[in-house]
Order: sequence, then structure tokens, then C-alpha cells
Amino acid sequence: MNDTFGRRIAGMLHRRPRLRLSLLLSAPLLWLVLAYLGSLAALFLSAFWTTDPFTSDVVKSWSPDNFRTLLTTSVYRDVALRSLAVAVAVTVIDAVIAFPIAFYTARVASPRYRHLLVVAILTPLWASYLVKAYAWRIMLSEGGPLDWLLKPLGLHGPGYGLPAVIMVLAYLWLPYMILPIHAGLEQLPANLLDASADLGARTWRTFRSVVLPMVFPSIAAGSVFTFSLSLGDYIAVQIVGGKTQLIGNLVYSNITLDLPLAAALGTVPVAIIVLYLLAVRRSGALAAI
Amino acid sequence: MRLTRTLVACTVLALATACGSSGSSTDSSNGAFTPPKLSAQKTLGKTEGTVNLIAWAGYAEDGSNDKSVDWVTPFEKQTGCKVNTKVAGTSDEMVSLMKTGQYDAVSASGDASLRLIASGDATPVNTDLVPNYKNIFSSLKLQKWNSVNGVAYGIPHGRGANLLMYRTDKVSPAPTSWSAVFDKSSAYKGHVTAYDSAIYIADAALYLMKSKPSLGIKNPYALDQKQFDAAVALLKEQNANVGEYWSDYLKEISAFKSGDSVIGTTWQVIANLAQSEKAKVKAILPSEGSTGWSDTWMISAKAKHPNCAYKWLDWIVSPKVNAQVAEWFGEAPSDSKSCDYTADKTFCATYHAADEPYWKKVHFWNTPIPQCLDGRTNVTCVPYAKWVQAWTEIKG
Amino acid sequence: MHLSRPARIALRTAAALGFAVIYVPLLLVLVNSLNADRGFGWPPSSLTFHWWTDAWHSSGARDALWTSVKAGLGATAISLVLGTLIAFAVQRYRFFGREALSFVVVLPIALPGIITGIALNTAFRTVLQPLGVGLGLFTVIVGHATFCIVVVFNNVIARLRRTSGSYEEAAMDLGADTFQVFRDITFPLVRSALLAGGLLAFALSFDEIVVTTFTAGPGVQTLPIWIFSNMARPQQAPVVNVVAAVLILLSVIPIYLAQRLSADTASGGRI
Repeated sequence: MNDTFGRRIAGMLHRRPRLRLSLLLSAPLLWLVLAYLGSLAALFLSAFWTTDPFTSDVVKSWSPDNFRTLLTTSVYRDVALRSLAVAVAVTVIDAVIAFPIAFYTARVASPRYRHLLVVAILTPLWASYLVKAYAWRIMLSEGGPLDWLLKPLGLHGPGYGLPAVIMVLAYLWLPYMILPIHAGLEQLPANLLDASADLGARTWRTFRSVVLPMVFPSIAAGSVFTFSLSLGDYIAVQIVGGKTQLIGNLVYSNITLDLPLAAALGTVPVAIIVLYLLAVRRSGALAAI
Repeated sequence: MRLTRTLVACTVLALATACGSSGSSTDSSNGAFTPPKLSAQKTLGKTEGTVNLIAWAGYAEDGSNDKSVDWVTPFEKQTGCKVNTKVAGTSDEMVSLMKTGQYDAVSASGDASLRLIASGDATPVNTDLVPNYKNIFSSLKLQKWNSVNGVAYGIPHGRGANLLMYRTDKVSPAPTSWSAVFDKSSAYKGHVTAYDSAIYIADAALYLMKSKPSLGIKNPYALDQKQFDAAVALLKEQNANVGEYWSDYLKEISAFKSGDSVIGTTWQVIANLAQSEKAKVKAILPSEGSTGWSDTWMISAKAKHPNCAYKWLDWIVSPKVNAQVAEWFGEAPSDSKSCDYTADKTFCATYHAADEPYWKKVHFWNTPIPQCLDGRTNVTCVPYAKWVQAWTEIKG
Repeated sequence: MHLSRPARIALRTAAALGFAVIYVPLLLVLVNSLNADRGFGWPPSSLTFHWWTDAWHSSGARDALWTSVKAGLGATAISLVLGTLIAFAVQRYRFFGREALSFVVVLPIALPGIITGIALNTAFRTVLQPLGVGLGLFTVIVGHATFCIVVVFNNVIARLRRTSGSYEEAAMDLGADTFQVFRDITFPLVRSALLAGGLLAFALSFDEIVVTTFTAGPGVQTLPIWIFSNMARPQQAPVVNVVAAVLILLSVIPIYLAQRLSADTASGGRI
């Protein structure tokens, strides 16, 4: 670029903040709003279409039939509620497990090892999702490693089924919960904690009145991942779920035969997640993701 | 939002034109349907240099998984057609992939083939252009799942039966009937397994065909509402005792080895693999017979590389290649000459390749349609879309 | 924070247990890659290196790995650009729809992959196909970039929030133009945030399976797709375990290096 020419453009940009803003935003907006939200809107529009029962060709005539089926068929309602329960359970379990780990890595472990510990949290994210799910299938199998471990205690693994699904999903999404909490705890000013101690607060009191409120946005940020990833999953369920089906499975099983019905079913998790995002946004969680 | 507007415009167009022709017209007099008018290619032209396939895993091996298992590279060398394969996991996926129009040929099972024919996605196949077609077992030619009114829509690839497998150490007495997984399944509560697809409803129908003759089921793929309801009720009862439904074979093998499953449907290849790993299992063809699958290589109506596709069809049923693919996948070959080429000389016997009385007992997968496939004209049958919905409800 | 001794011990134990839970299944993958048994029987009947040799010779796995790397790099590059642009716009400007925009950025990763997948699939087929662009590696990259933008955005905006615009203003006062300021001041400030965000974006893309399933064209096989289609086949499943074990071992290197390079973001980046 010619140097004076470059300076001329730079000068023009400097004088016109609106021009700078529109240059910054045009590409991302084209991408996210037009392409992404546009495709989503088109998909949900197709929820009002129907399908030829034999050829599975989409018949483009307007009808609310799919939503009527959705509301009147009890199995869809049961599955939606079950999926919601799974997502909530996974989120709670992950928060409970992740907090001590994040607290240890961010505030207790000696700074020399912190790097290594963060690497240790990140590594599982690189191991294939499918391979981890199949590893759990072996863990949970009859007479498998989990049964081995529990045998001395006189217990038995849960086998394949709903509890297994919750366990495995909680395992798969755990790093997504640890990382934001770790980041949140790390940014906690040390003098704030000292002040709390100086004022006579015991460990537990400091934790409840200072630490927890301050990292709550981070926990909420992690929960966005654990909650929404659980709500949309359909592969781990097939691997360890026994005969369980979740809303993702219903969407998946209808995609090819009845895309409009799949789209209608898909509105359920989408609506739940959008509501959830709006709720956690108040806590400032989206900024902490 | 420009995208939405484009879609709306498409909708209007589609309503005006395409929708008029969508949905196949039916000829109720003989219980068959009339597919869209398409005609097969008369002659072979120049090959196009490439061919896009949709296949079951293991049907188009190019040596990338196992160097010694490769019948795609020799094909490419011989014909100059480069092969791109998309592996499909389910029949439904095959149907939707075919609808994209990006693929030239598909190895469709019977629960997909009629759908492809009716929607006009698959075109008739001129068997004269497939020299190896003459060696194919006659019991596989021009069947209900690969032809309409005597017009062939594909080349048979291979076949297999859905057998009953059980753990010899945990199931006694040894079962001889499907009743072990239906009426008597409570003995193995939590350890029964079944194939995870709506087409499994036909297994229940087959059992009812023999155990409840009063229902009058003649063909497990042609069920009127009453017969269908009975089959669904039976499966809902069975669901209480099911541990898991399987759709891939690794899942089934590991479940039988560990004992998570002790009895349920299987394929011959799964039984063989499990036995080779010393699992105490046995697979039988129960007294009622069984359901089964027969795959067909079909050509897309929108194929951009039809000549290469024809070359592939001929290649995959040539005796040597058909033997290779049958052995690798674990199914009975369709080419009668291929038994001379199998590496394992007992292979054809194990898989009953030429055992016609055996295949007489097997009811091959077909797509249920409103026009009853058994020829009844006084009732309508439950179409496959309803089967799928019922399957969701059975699993609960 | 001052912790009592019992509290310290309790935390240490809890963390140790947590890490054990995280690593036992990964260890199992490692052991299983040596399991002689094709169906992963437990306990392993005998151990073998046979599958490792098989995996070494599997050109399918190698091709898939290469495809995944290409897809990951493409998606990371796009999301680095778009994510940074949005972060700057949102942090440095006030405009109508600013809040809504930071909400929309999160949506692609929060909504189920299956929904994003079929929505993009339908859109590609209605819009791109008539233009002669079929599904392929390009569409996979587009799909991945869509949900990767958010991690770059979050890392960059977190960094921008902590650094005021005063350095830039000072440089401007000293006569630097917009481009010089970006090159000499702004970019060095956000560099490590870009690294952390880019690495996470790559990791997300690398292990994505659902959106990939719906956006990949014929012949395009990323590693997770290869794993998915091979996992279900007993002939191939042991090789998949080897590939997974190798990936786990190899992934430590980039993560560790990135950690070293971005010493000031010990948090390892934000998801």
C-alpha cells in the first residue's frame, strides 16, 4: 500500500467513527445474522410444513399440525421433561464437582504447578467425544471396571440407562464448567479475601459472603455449556442410555423422514435454551463465558 | 432477511409446480403403486471420471482402513472412475442423502428402496448394461423391494437374516421360537435386546403371524390398523424387559460379551465375531422364520455420472468382488459364482448363500405403504411414517 | 485466602478425586488400544501392539486427520477475524443492538448442534446448490466457524475490558495513524488472547461431530466422522482407540506450548 494513500485512509477512518464501526461490523453481521439466524428462521418456518407420508418429500403447505402433534402426544411431552431434568442434573453435578477443582487450581496449588494443572483440565477436551463415550460404555458394562471398583463396597454399577446418561454427560462437559470458574476465581482480588479475614470472617463465611457471589457469574457461564450441550445431545444417549431417548434423539430420528416435524421438535430445546440464556444474562454470565 | 424471502419464493414456486406432481399416484386395483415415469438408460456412454456413492460401512472399501481390503482402487484403475464414498448410518440417512442429488448410486436396504422409487429419486436400471446380473441368484431378482411391475430398479448386492442370538450359559432351555423375546421375555428382564429401528415392528408382526393366526397377518410389512396395533402392543410389553436397543454391531457384541444383553435379534456376522472372541453365544433361525435384509444398488435419477455408476454396479456384483465384500461385511453374496472366490471356503455354507429353503423362511425388509403389499384392497395399511412414530412411542 | 489446614486437605483431596475421575476413562482408552480383543472385553484377555501397527498403516485415519486439521485451521482463521471484529465493535463503540449482538454470538454454541446442523444444511442446499456449490470441506468450515466465533470473541473482549483505550489514544496523540496504532499497540495487547481463543476454537472444531455430519459433502471425512463410522465396526474399533490414545498424548503439546507463550493468561483462555 502506498504510504501516503494509507495515511489518507487512516485519517478518514479516524475522523469517522461510524464508518469504522460499520467496517468492523459488516462482515460479522452478514455472517451471524443473515446466514446463521436466517437459516434458523427458515428451518423453523418449515416446522409449519408437512411431509408426504410415503416418499418423505416435504409438502410446502401451511399447517400447525406438527405443533398440535407435539402438544397432544404424551411421549413427546415425557421426553421433553426428561431431557430438561437431565440437563439440570448434569449442570448441578458439574458445578459441585468443578468448584473444588477450580478452587484448588486457581488459589491453592502452588503457582509453579498451575500451568500444568490447567493443561490437565484442557487435555480431555482434545480427546474425541465418541471415544470417551465408548470408554464409559466399557466402564459401565456388566462386570466392567466400575463394577470392579464398587464390588468391595458391596455395590453394583448403574448399568446402561438414564443414570448412566447423566453420569457420562456430566463427565463430558466437566471441563467446560471448570474453566470459567477457574478464570473467575483467579481474578478474585486477594486483598478482598484478606479484608474479609481481617474483619474476623471464618473460611466458610468468606466463602459464602465473598467468594460465591463473586464467582457466581462464572458458574452461570459454565452452566450455559453444560445445560445446553446436555439438552442437545443425542449420541452419548445412544451409547450408554440403554433404551432411553432424549429430545435430541427424537429430532435426529425425524430429520430424514419428516423434516418439518423434526424442526417443530427442535423448537423445544431452542426455546428452553433461549429462555435460559436470557435468565443467566442478568447475572452477567454471558460476559464471563 | 434475504434468505427467508428466497425460501418463501421457493415455496410459492413449489406450490405452483412441483407439488402438483409430488406424491405418487396409486393404482389400487393390484395393490401396487405407480412410480413417477422414468426410463432406464438404453446404452452406456463414456465414463465421467468420477462416481459418488452412498454405502453402508464396509461396502466400498478402498484400502484406507485395511490395506488388504480394497476393491475400490482396482475399480478406479480399470474404469478411470474415481470413487467418493459417503458412509450412511441408517436407511433414513440414505434416503435424505439421495434427495440432495449429489450422489450417483446407493446401496439401499429394502426399508428405503421403495421410498426412493416412489419419490422419483431412484431410476429404473437397465440390467442388460450390467453383464454380471445374469449370475445373480434368481430369488433375489425382481423382488418387491427392488422392482415395480416387473421393472428392475437396482442390482441385488447381498442378503442376511435377522437371527435370534442368546448366551448359552445364561439362557436355558435353548430357545427355538421368537416367543423367548416376546411372551416369555420377562425371564430375562433388563437383558433383552432388539434392533433399534421402526422396521423392527415387523419382527413382532412376524411372531404374531404364527402365534395369533386370528389376526390374519399374511405379510409382516402389510399391516392394517388392527394388526399394527397388536404388534405395537406386543412391543410395548417387550420394552419393559429390554435392556437396550442396538443399531451398530460393536454395541451389540460388547453387550453380549459382558452379559448386559443375553437374548435378542442379531446378524450372522455379529454372532460369528462374538464367537470368535469366545463369547458363549449361539444364533438360530427360529421356527417362525425371521425378517431379513437384502440390499440393492440403485442409481439416482439425478445422477451426474450415470455411466460410472453402471460400471460400479457391474463391478460390485462381479463374482470376485462380490465375494470380497460379502466376506468383509459378513453377509450372503448375491452372485451365484462368488462362492468360488471366498477366502474362507466354508463361508458360503455358514451364510447359507445358496440355501434356498433357508431364504424361503426369511421375510425381507420392505417399505410399508398404504396400499397393502400383500394384495389386500379392502383395507388400507399403516404407512412407514406411522411406524416411525409408533416406534418412538414404544421406546417411551 | 487463608485456609485452615483441614480445609486445605479437603480441597486437595477433592481436586485429586476430580482429576482421577477425569483421567480414569482416558487411561482406559489407552489400555484398550492394547487390548487384543476387538469387542473391548473387560478385563483384557491379552495385550498387543497389533492395533498400533494397523493404525500406523491406516491411510483413512491419516487422511481424516489431515481433513480435520484443514477444517480446524480454516474455521479458526475465520473466527479469529470475525470474533475480533465483533469484540472491538462491542467494547469500543456504543450502537443500537449492541446487547443483542453479544447475545447472538453465543447462540451458535448454546443451541443444540443438531439444530445448527440441519438449519445450515437446509440453507446450503437451497442457496448454494443452485449456484453450483455443493456440500464439501468449505461448508464444514463455514459451519464450524459459526460456533467458534464466540470463543475468540470472549477472549478478546475480556482482554479489551482489562486494558483501557488510553495507550491507543496516547499513540494517536504522538502522531501514529489508525493502522500503526493497531500494529504497534492494539495487536500486541490482544495477541495472547487471540492465541488462547484460537486454540480453543481449533479444539472445538477438531472434536465437532454433529454439525459436521450435516455439512460435510461426499468424500469429506473429518477425524470425528471417521471415528464415528469406524467405531461401529469391530474390524476397525481397536484402531480407533489407538488414534484416540495418540490424540490425547499429542494434544498435550500445543496446549502446553500455548500456556507457556501466554504466561499472563494463566486461565488458559475462556471458552
